[in-house]
Amino acid sequence: MKSATALLAAASLALAGSVAARADFFQPVAAVGAVNDDAVVQGMPRLLSQFGFFTDGAGQAPAARVTPYRLNTPLYSDGAEKLRFVYVPEGKRMEANGDGLIDFPVGTALIKTFAFGEGRERRLIETRVLLHRESGWVALPYVWNAEQTDAALAIAGARMSVVTPAGEAISYRVPNKNQCKECHGLDDAVIPIGPKARNLSGEWLAANLGEVPAGAERLVVWEKRGASGAEAVARAYLDVNCAHCHRPGATASNSGLDLRWEQDDPHALGVMKRPVAAGRGAGGLLFDVVPGDPDQSILLHRMLSNDPGVAMPELGKSSIDREGTEAVRRWIEEMPK
Amino acid sequence: MFRLSIAAALLATAAPALAETHVVTPGDGAQERLQEALIMAQPGDEIVLEAGRYAMSDGLSLDVEGVTVRGAGMDGTVLDFTGQQGAGEGLLVTSDNVTLRDFALENPKGDGVKSKGADNIVYHRIRVTWTRGPHPENGAYGIYPVESTGILVDGVKVTGASDAGIYVGQSDRITVRNSIAEANVAGIEIENSRNALVAHNVATRNTGGILVFDLPSLPVMGGGNVIIENNLVVANDTPNFAPPGNIVAGVRRGTGIMVMANEKVLIENNILSGNPTAPVMVIAYVQPYDDARYNPLPREVVVGPNSYDGGGYDPQLDGAEMLLAAFGGELPPVLWDGLGSLAAVEGTAGWSLNLTEAGKGLGAAQPGPLAVTAPASAFDRSGIGAPAALEAQLGG
Repeated sequence: MKSATALLAAASLALAGSVAARADFFQPVAAVGAVNDDAVVQGMPRLLSQFGFFTDGAGQAPAARVTPYRLNTPLYSDGAEKLRFVYVPEGKRMEANGDGLIDFPVGTALIKTFAFGEGRERRLIETRVLLHRESGWVALPYVWNAEQTDAALAIAGARMSVVTPAGEAISYRVPNKNQCKECHGLDDAVIPIGPKARNLSGEWLAANLGEVPAGAERLVVWEKRGASGAEAVARAYLDVNCAHCHRPGATASNSGLDLRWEQDDPHALGVMKRPVAAGRGAGGLLFDVVPGDPDQSILLHRMLSNDPGVAMPELGKSSIDREGTEAVRRWIEEMPK
Repeated sequence: MFRLSIAAALLATAAPALAETHVVTPGDGAQERLQEALIMAQPGDEIVLEAGRYAMSDGLSLDVEGVTVRGAGMDGTVLDFTGQQGAGEGLLVTSDNVTLRDFALENPKGDGVKSKGADNIVYHRIRVTWTRGPHPENGAYGIYPVESTGILVDGVKVTGASDAGIYVGQSDRITVRNSIAEANVAGIEIENSRNALVAHNVATRNTGGILVFDLPSLPVMGGGNVIIENNLVVANDTPNFAPPGNIVAGVRRGTGIMVMANEKVLIENNILSGNPTAPVMVIAYVQPYDDARYNPLPREVVVGPNSYDGGGYDPQLDGAEMLLAAFGGELPPVLWDGLGSLAAVEGTAGWSLNLTEAGKGLGAAQPGPLAVTAPASAFDRSGIGAPAALEAQLGG
């Protein structure tokens, strides 16, 4: 090992040590079964267990005030099972904001664990946490150890081999801390994406917010999508899987493509819109969406690719979403020419 | 929080003495070590990439203000993305006041370096190369700053981009200088941007050398105040290899300097040689559009004195044979479609399509010699180019 490498390694060990030491100093171990509020609002805990979100990590049994939730239409993540939780500290409450993102008080943590395999075979891969601090939201990725006893902070991300539920062997990517912001960034701030009232059940909202705002549960429940029209299904899918980047103020704003649920201008949604900076991603096609002709639509072409530089979304998946691409195909097919 | 307040104090007192240097070396785990350094850096820190080849499996990203990433030279430190498995670019920068210098990126799967919303960025002696040469499956852009104010691109070299080697989009206060763009579809492209200076560059073996475009339906439009001067624009004769559908896929092989839409563009003191379709081309946006905010015409474009070594001797244009016959075997060097407004210094040889309407194709073209007036006044250079402070950021 070159001396510089050794130095760097020593430096990063020291840094990790100092972070951990400081975290330990400021964050006395919380009472069993209670969340460590200090860890939520400051520092970068080295281990997921330091937050105290779970009474049983491997079993994903939540601690007090850590509430599971699901989204009607979820983001596709290589078919991973996703276990979502929200923690709100004692004495504070979430509030509705129309059909949009719930207003979460400072001190909130959103926790999402990614797992593959079923039953006894289930392996937890990573847990991503979003922490609402005075300075804004902070996103941190934690990777589970082989023994499944705890997960360690992995700010540079990781890659690992997994087999998807579809039986596909892939190199699964845990995003690095910066990549969290690529999807969660809006107008230079980090924000949550998923928990919007329109994508949550009325029942959950009533139980946890004490009200069901207008526009709640507007997005289809994905496994019941057969009961809804092609447009409702596809627009829900695009809102959840694409619009966190493809909207004004976000990572793909310069494309001019705006795939949010609330957008109703066909051109902004890609209909007969020419690409701007798609490069080879366009695959020789001329328009994002060609009504009635999914195979001539760049939007679908890029969803059907696994090639970095072509594939969309750019982050968060390494395989093609067959259900999602079918939903978008049907929407474009049925679109009046 | 503790560290954050220190950082804030540092910024407030501008005391760079406390900035730290983090050294990264090639070898095992380079992906994670380099990415970790980019994340853990504090504002003002420098990340030094020691010489050698770094095997990259994923895109890198930097989101800390005021960081310098410094390699051991554009041939000494090479980030090799040949095995890249994810992300849309080699390196993504999203923070302000960043300096990237003295390293190379090879074979990124998408773009080379993209900086988005990253104000006051300096790219110095960065090389981006797709080593197989022109190929439609190469990444789109080599150097790709977008939606930013304050951009200095100095001494970079880009080869093989399937769209534009150096592409500046939807930005303001820009300088691209002393750089080499070779064997890309577009060598240097300034798009939907204002106050750009493109000077002392070499654009060669591209399909088109230097392009200044303004396109509709984008968040930022109204490109203009652009100066293209003292560039060597030579032998841009590579057949267009852009994937169809891209705006640059329509660029004709052999275009030297091309202006499409925009207002107030000055082209002067360039050397244009071996650009067989048109050494200089000034045209309106060519496609149908639906955007009331957009002006498709080139306005107040000025062609000053340039050195033309020949004109369009092998134009990739419909009716080329007839045109060549009509103009005596070679088209005059400046091609205008006749739309918008163009001025040229006395003695500028050119020809016009004499179109009267934008976006209606060339059917109504009535080609004839260029007849335009000389520039009425000196070109207003105020506010054009990168802010002077970026020179200091470049430092030693």
